[in-house]
Amino acid sequence: MTSPSDTLLQVTYLVATVLFVLSLKWLSSPATARRGVFAGELGMLLAVAGTLLHREIVDYKWIAVALVLGAIIGVPLGKVAMTKVPQRTALSHAFGALCVTLVGTSEFYLQTPNVPPFTMAVLSLEVILGSLTFTGSLMAAGKLQEILPQRPITYKGQNIVNLGLLAVAVAVAAILVAHPERKELFPLILAIPLIFGVMMIIPIGGADMPTVISLLNSYAGLSAAAMGFVVDSNLLIIAGALDGASGFILSVNMSKAMNRSFTNVLFGAFGQQQAAGAAAAQDARTVRSATPEEAAAILEAASKVVIVPGYGMAVAQAQHKVRELYDSLTKRGVDVKFGIHPVAGRMPGHMNVLLAEADIPYDKLLEMDDINSELPQTDVALVIGANDVTNPAARNDSKSPIYGMPIIDVDKARTAMVIKRSMAAGFAGIDNPLYYIDKTLMLFGDAKAVVGALVRSLGGGHE
Amino acid sequence: MKLDLMTSLYVFVLAGFIGFEVIRRVSPLLHTPLMSLTNALDAIAVVGAIIIVGRQHEQGSTLAKVLGTIAIVAATSNIVGGFLITDRMLRMFKASRPTKKP
Repeated sequence: MTSPSDTLLQVTYLVATVLFVLSLKWLSSPATARRGVFAGELGMLLAVAGTLLHREIVDYKWIAVALVLGAIIGVPLGKVAMTKVPQRTALSHAFGALCVTLVGTSEFYLQTPNVPPFTMAVLSLEVILGSLTFTGSLMAAGKLQEILPQRPITYKGQNIVNLGLLAVAVAVAAILVAHPERKELFPLILAIPLIFGVMMIIPIGGADMPTVISLLNSYAGLSAAAMGFVVDSNLLIIAGALDGASGFILSVNMSKAMNRSFTNVLFGAFGQQQAAGAAAAQDARTVRSATPEEAAAILEAASKVVIVPGYGMAVAQAQHKVRELYDSLTKRGVDVKFGIHPVAGRMPGHMNVLLAEADIPYDKLLEMDDINSELPQTDVALVIGANDVTNPAARNDSKSPIYGMPIIDVDKARTAMVIKRSMAAGFAGIDNPLYYIDKTLMLFGDAKAVVGALVRSLGGGHE
Repeated sequence: MKLDLMTSLYVFVLAGFIGFEVIRRVSPLLHTPLMSLTNALDAIAVVGAIIIVGRQHEQGSTLAKVLGTIAIVAATSNIVGGFLITDRMLRMFKASRPTKKP
């Protein structure tokens, strides 16, 4: 039976659906992207307002309190510093998953013992994916915020333990599908995935975060879509499917950019494989280092400079100094572009956001393939806080743990300059032959300090 | 309105394809805002939570109300925070100014 008001609500949801799809479509280019956000907001407003006005809703007290409280928490989360966006994103995946898990749990206790098998199956999927995404995302956020140790923690039989946990949860879910009246089993499909979420992230290191965040994004979307089946909402099924697809595409992109498979990211803690590679590379080779003054002289004489930023730039908060360097070189007629590796930083697109924040025009931020075709005609490639993504061993050393990973070919520029704290091994602990070739100049020091010194030597800057 | 299961599956699969085609075209430049925007859209789950909290139930209603209320808080914070930060990020992306004089 559908009353006119039901039909009106369904039409509202349909309009919201169209707005959501348009919202993502407009995100395809920076020129229309803000319109996309507006479409999304409008769709959300319509859907929420329509739901609130529905005749089934009789009790507004708690809804109002919760909406206000959510907004109070949301505003500061929308205003975090750009360098903290990866952990904010992880935290918001956790919140999304929490919402889905709690709704699934409520639905179970409202409907038991009469839960139809299909509903119970998607409800289990919803709750399992939701709770593992919840703790997994909290762990990821903790690692990114450096509350938790960033080094991967591994132990023998880790994968067996993890897969075993998941298998038990699925088995319990199967029993519940057959016997939805066995209420006492339900807490298990909450608790086991909650533990699994923690165990899943423990072995994952910082360099793998872009893939992991994308994967958690995908899980959050899929769990929301499952919830759509449980609460009979096509709008939610569609929003969840869009989010799931987005997370999936990003995970595939990230895995490709590291030349690794999904399973390898999830089950093959990167830290372990590298121990061997790092140990082999302890022979004494010479590096050429330069002072900022010498480096500035070379930059000044260049006509084309490519800057390759990495996570180190974010850590040192050097993006604004980089902007001063960009200004001061551009003023001298030097053509300056940026080469952005897909996995540079801690989440997809991380470097672009930081550089955009520093007011660098987005048409100067080039993707890996585009910048690689320009590097052979480049005078200076300046690497700031990036390491593995510039490692030529990925191209020519089949024994290297990152062999096959696509890199930015800074070694093809006439001169390569690398700003680095010291010669100590980087996060992944892989030796980088780039540092030992003749055309490479090492500029030792903190990224922000060194870029600042370069700007001063060029006689520019805003000070 | 009770949905037909098979129809919902069709909806899910087709939405997945649309998502694939639309999101493939998003410039890698905007992958961070993409993630925060999809995250905000995903929080449409708030609608399900609102119905649970606001509806009259015969059984287990206290638990459902408590969990549902927390769910609304979590989802609303994603909606508000997600749209805010996405817009903040997108405002930062500016093209080069056309040929400036030295």
